[in-house]
Amino acid sequence: MTDKDQYKIKQEPFYQAQADEVALYEAAYAARLPVMVKGPTGCGKSRFIEYMAWKLNKPLITVACNEDMTASDLVGRYLLDANGTRWLDGPLTTAARIGAICYLDEIVEARQDTTVVIHPLTDHRRTLPLDKKGELISAHPDFQLVISYNPGYQSLMKDLKQSTKQRFTAFDFDYPTADIEADILSKETGMGKEMSAQLVKIGQAARNLKGHGLDEGISTRLLVYAATLIKGGVAPRSACRMALVRPITDDADIRATLDHAIDAVFA
Amino acid sequence: METVAIPAELEAYWKQLDCGFPRVQPIFADCIWEALTALSTDGVNAYIEYARFLGKMGRGAEPILIFLEEWPSVARILGEDALPAIAECIRRMYKSPNGKAITPFLQSLPSVARRLPTGQQMQEYLTLVLEFMESTTGSIHGIHQTFASPGLPELFKQVPMLLGQLSLAGLKKWVDYGARHYSDHPERQIDYFSLQSADSRAVLQRERHGTLLADNERQLDMYLRGLWREEDQLIPYSNAFDELRQPVPYYDKLGIRLPDVYNDAHGISGIDRYRALLAHMVGHRRWSTAIFADNMSPFQRMAVEFFEDSRVEYLVMREYPGLRRIFMALHPIPAENACDPEKESGVRHRLTMMSRALLDPDHPYQNPHVIEFAQRFHALMEAGGTGTQEMAELAIAFVAKTRRQSDQLAKTHFKDTVIDYRDDNRHLWKFYEQSDDEEMFEEHRQKSADEEIKGLPPRHYREWDYNTQSYRPDWVSVYEALHPKGNAADIDKLLEKHAALAKRLKKMLDLLKPQDKVRIRYQEEGSELDLDVALRSLIDYKSGASPDPRINMSHRNDGRNIAVMVLLDLSQSLNEKAAGCDQTILELSQEAVSLLGWAVEKLGDPFAIAGFHSNTRHDVRYLHIKGYSEHWGDEVKGRLAAMEASYSTRMGAAMRHAAHYMEKQQADKKLMLILTDGEPADVDSKDGRLLIEDARQAVQELDQQGIYAYCINLDPKADEYVADIFGKQYAIIDRVESLPERLPQLFISLTK
Repeated sequence: MTDKDQYKIKQEPFYQAQADEVALYEAAYAARLPVMVKGPTGCGKSRFIEYMAWKLNKPLITVACNEDMTASDLVGRYLLDANGTRWLDGPLTTAARIGAICYLDEIVEARQDTTVVIHPLTDHRRTLPLDKKGELISAHPDFQLVISYNPGYQSLMKDLKQSTKQRFTAFDFDYPTADIEADILSKETGMGKEMSAQLVKIGQAARNLKGHGLDEGISTRLLVYAATLIKGGVAPRSACRMALVRPITDDADIRATLDHAIDAVFA
Repeated sequence: METVAIPAELEAYWKQLDCGFPRVQPIFADCIWEALTALSTDGVNAYIEYARFLGKMGRGAEPILIFLEEWPSVARILGEDALPAIAECIRRMYKSPNGKAITPFLQSLPSVARRLPTGQQMQEYLTLVLEFMESTTGSIHGIHQTFASPGLPELFKQVPMLLGQLSLAGLKKWVDYGARHYSDHPERQIDYFSLQSADSRAVLQRERHGTLLADNERQLDMYLRGLWREEDQLIPYSNAFDELRQPVPYYDKLGIRLPDVYNDAHGISGIDRYRALLAHMVGHRRWSTAIFADNMSPFQRMAVEFFEDSRVEYLVMREYPGLRRIFMALHPIPAENACDPEKESGVRHRLTMMSRALLDPDHPYQNPHVIEFAQRFHALMEAGGTGTQEMAELAIAFVAKTRRQSDQLAKTHFKDTVIDYRDDNRHLWKFYEQSDDEEMFEEHRQKSADEEIKGLPPRHYREWDYNTQSYRPDWVSVYEALHPKGNAADIDKLLEKHAALAKRLKKMLDLLKPQDKVRIRYQEEGSELDLDVALRSLIDYKSGASPDPRINMSHRNDGRNIAVMVLLDLSQSLNEKAAGCDQTILELSQEAVSLLGWAVEKLGDPFAIAGFHSNTRHDVRYLHIKGYSEHWGDEVKGRLAAMEASYSTRMGAAMRHAAHYMEKQQADKKLMLILTDGEPADVDSKDGRLLIEDARQAVQELDQQGIYAYCINLDPKADEYVADIFGKQYAIIDRVESLPERLPQLFISLTK
């Protein structure tokens, strides 16, 4: 039997609720409904799931999806060894067996035929057929499936099928409001309120430019990086240039505008 | 004229001057007194001597008068040893037919000296003037110069303004441009040098120093959007041509008007000055509300504007504290005692001091009113929730307390009171009564909107001038239109005629497979073993499950992604019969293009056809025959059938215009085929080299845009120039009658 504890979250991750999402998630978990979290990159989707797993005291198995991933990468496969073959459970199977929360991160990156294997787990059946092994697993009562995706870079090719979408309840995440975001920065990094608010202001300037040369605005994650650098003794302006502006753009005009925003914010 | 007695001690100088003009005598004493303080003894002697020469020159009293009055102040700036060089310059004008220019030259001298205060710069300026004079002074037989330079006096009239806008190098370029292009056309030369003509202004604009709005529009748009969540049209106005009354930035419902160029000032870069201006305007848009102006005096209104400006800036800086540095640097600091309230009206001075005090907590002012109102202002602002109305009350109280009798004086103290990053506040006022004028009661007649638009407006393209290695801005006008239609059946007949050729072409087309390889996995039969899948199947097999037999993969060719543009030269020469056959070149081109069109349609590449010819730079016509979104159908064939040849070949402009269409095509490779029968030429271009060099430059521009230009030339003598233009990207077709066969073949081999 797999060691369940290795998947447990040991320490409370910091998570700042933006609205009533914690209560809603608990309600969804109580009914074991599958959950989908959407939102731009770096807005706290993964952190939220981690926090909920800790709060509910359930193991969390995270799978980062990519386009070369096949169904057997999720479900499991036979391996060759000295005595012939041996079955190895995939992460989804493990989660279903031990009663973990299985978190498929960036699900749209996976091939569409791969995502179909989660279907029987996400409706009333709550089963996972292992056709190669000839086994039908009934999911552990604690098992729950969570997926995330970023509609920001949704293309025609990268979208979920309706049949997949309609198996989930969904949370729509976005960057928090300025006050909450400043709060997050100061709690996460221990930085002063005022400086946090200034960083958030720069972030918002960049978010306003989304779609006008920027694919994504400055994420909360990057703001946290900047705050960490500043806490580490880097001058605020340099930290912001390094953590906020340089990573997101190569466009000279946008860079100049954001650099000016930094100068304008730090008097 | 009234005569003034020359004081006894100046009598010797007056004798030395030996001048009979009655207008000179009254001013003489004053001038000499000034000269005696400014110049050394030798300098005064040289001054009198040279004035004497100017008086005897035979050009009337003007030169001597101006010189006597202006030289002492010029010498203060340049030093008195600058005189010989200036005298030499005047001597050269005097010896040439340009004597008339001496007066304007002397008139412009003081302001030129202020702009070019070193002897070195002055020398360069004089050299520039003399070179210009030489190159534009006309001669009939090539020996004696007989016609005065038409542009020279105009140049001297404009030079003070020009030097305000341009560096000396920029001035040189501007002058050279005019001298080069208009040396043989006196009226146009005058237009150019008096800044009347469009390209004179365009070149001036190009050479200006500072931060041009045109270069930074995108950045400023982003500034508005990113930092302020605003967007609006940025409309530039030029302040190059209004010396007396400089336009002030403003905004209305049509957009934000701002100067086209900002120089760095007070250590603030041009772009930051734009940002300060925009931030100020955004402040008004966010926080100002219009109030009624009817019951306020002009002074009260001005005060309200100053206080309201300060309020929005306070709020703007609360949002972005870093803007304080820029505002502080740009806001003037009028000295407290600069204005004498007995002699001039101190309204502006007082309000600017007030405004500075509101902006700058460490202001230097002692005036109790200023200090009191600054405190009241800050108390109000800190309490929050203030609007324009509160500022109006504060401003009116300020006016009431500080009013003076002298505020009514006509002479106003202006020094250090212009805050140039603020707009004119026209949005701040509304009126109960629009106007007392009678015409206000008449309904304005609506302009009839039925004026039909004929054709598209022209697009302007620059042209390369190899003499100067620079572009002539907006030089060529390109008019575009759909080609008229003819009978599509004619083209079908042509295609039938070449049925055998078409068959051969079809074989070649089939060989022209797309090139990109795409992997196809999970194939039972394929070119290679897919190792991942094979291993998985092997495991399945060993473990007793049924293995997946689809363990191979193969490749598919995909992604032929070429956009093609065929540009046809439709100049007059195409009407000639081709050597050795009885068809004209035009007919042969028609056949060739028809075959090519048919072939490309088979391949499915995005494909456009256009023709061009030109009749001077003002009229380059660009005729659409097939667009990218059109199919090879009767419509297109009809246009092709109606093709006609006339006028000349201005190739560069047509290529640039075609490129702007290609640019929008999403394709990996872009190919522009140019089918021509001769070198680029036009009736208004005397220098044959010019248009060739321009076409060559256009090819390089295309290359930078990722467009591969290829020329198919039907001129057997093309070797002389075609390589200059297209490098190695050309083919010359000697036997024109083989064109219908060669053109599609060329295309196929190019895109293989």
